[in-house]
Amino acid sequence: MTTIKILGTGCPKCKTMTTVVRDVVSENNIEATIEKVEDIIEIMKFDVMTTPALVIDNVVTIKGRVPSKDEVLALLN
Amino acid sequence: MFNWIQNIADWFVYNLLNLNKEQHIAEALNFFIYDTIKILILLFVVIFFMGIVNSYFPIDKVKNYLSRNKLFGLEYLMASLFGVVTPFCSCSSVPLFIGFVRGGIPLGVTFAFLITSPLVNEVAIGLFMGLFGVKTTIIYVISGVLLGTISGVILQKLKLESYLTPWVKDILAHAQRDQDVFQAEKQTFKQRLPIIWAEVLKIIKGIIPYVLVGIAIGGLMHGYIPEGFFEKYMDKDNLFAVPIATILAVPMYSNASGILPVVQVLVAKGIPLGTAIAFMMGVVGLSLPEAMLLKKVMTLKLIAIFFGVVTLCIIISGYVFNLIL
Repeated sequence: MTTIKILGTGCPKCKTMTTVVRDVVSENNIEATIEKVEDIIEIMKFDVMTTPALVIDNVVTIKGRVPSKDEVLALLN
Repeated sequence: MFNWIQNIADWFVYNLLNLNKEQHIAEALNFFIYDTIKILILLFVVIFFMGIVNSYFPIDKVKNYLSRNKLFGLEYLMASLFGVVTPFCSCSSVPLFIGFVRGGIPLGVTFAFLITSPLVNEVAIGLFMGLFGVKTTIIYVISGVLLGTISGVILQKLKLESYLTPWVKDILAHAQRDQDVFQAEKQTFKQRLPIIWAEVLKIIKGIIPYVLVGIAIGGLMHGYIPEGFFEKYMDKDNLFAVPIATILAVPMYSNASGILPVVQVLVAKGIPLGTAIAFMMGVVGLSLPEAMLLKKVMTLKLIAIFFGVVTLCIIISGYVFNLIL
């Protein structure tokens, strides 16, 4: 079971990233929980300076940009 | 260099649509087509170039550099320059602020970065070149960088640490200067290119609506407002024009792509360039939405001081612009 967290305070880019990740997870039947972290104090615990950021199993994999579906899929596999 | 674009616009409006040169609509449409093509080309070039620079100087590397090195006063200028090459997204300003504080970077240096970043960036530079030419662009970039640097130095002198919100003070107390050199992923240019390219397209796609609306409004004003219309209200000798324009602009928000085409028309119709640029800096650099975001990390008093100092610096640079241009 993979834990995915999306860090972002609610900007348009963060919403796009959430959609991309949700699509990838459901299209490929990946077993994962997706959590959106919007509280800035929680976000800062991951030491990122640009949002949105993608955290997979507590490791920050992407920050400051919206990844493509292929990129997310590659990271999840 | 851009004559061929003018030829396309002329051909489209006067030959294909067969509009009369005397009509306002023809002039407005011609202006719209010419400006749109020219600006999109320039934006593309500048955003691509800045994308390359940014790929080699990502924000984490910048923070590490500023945190690690003692620069004997030059750190304000460096932070301001880094603000130019870092693409700005207002939703990242809070995490950025915290990241800098955590890295032990002085508050004033952080402010220098935060002030310059929205004022001078790839989109603003590309638009500026398209609308005002290279010379004005260079002056704008230099004054934007100086504005961030000087505001940063002033804010540092004011010793504002006690006006941070409690949780940020807590971070400040545990701030640690980075010790190690930032290890960037060692990628070749070829590996970086696809990511840079995708980012360029994304930025262009994101700003196109604003640019088009801005140029359309500009085009309409261009065709319908008579030359020198604003001159009677806001000429160079009117000492209050710059502060009034700046103060009106601060609560408003638009990114550079929306406001610049309008500013260009204002200038063409008689508003002094310094006054217009002060207005633009107020709109782009400071805004109510930004103040709302910063409330998470700063007390209202600190936000007020921050806005006050920057507003003052914008007003001064407006006067300087009017004097030298």
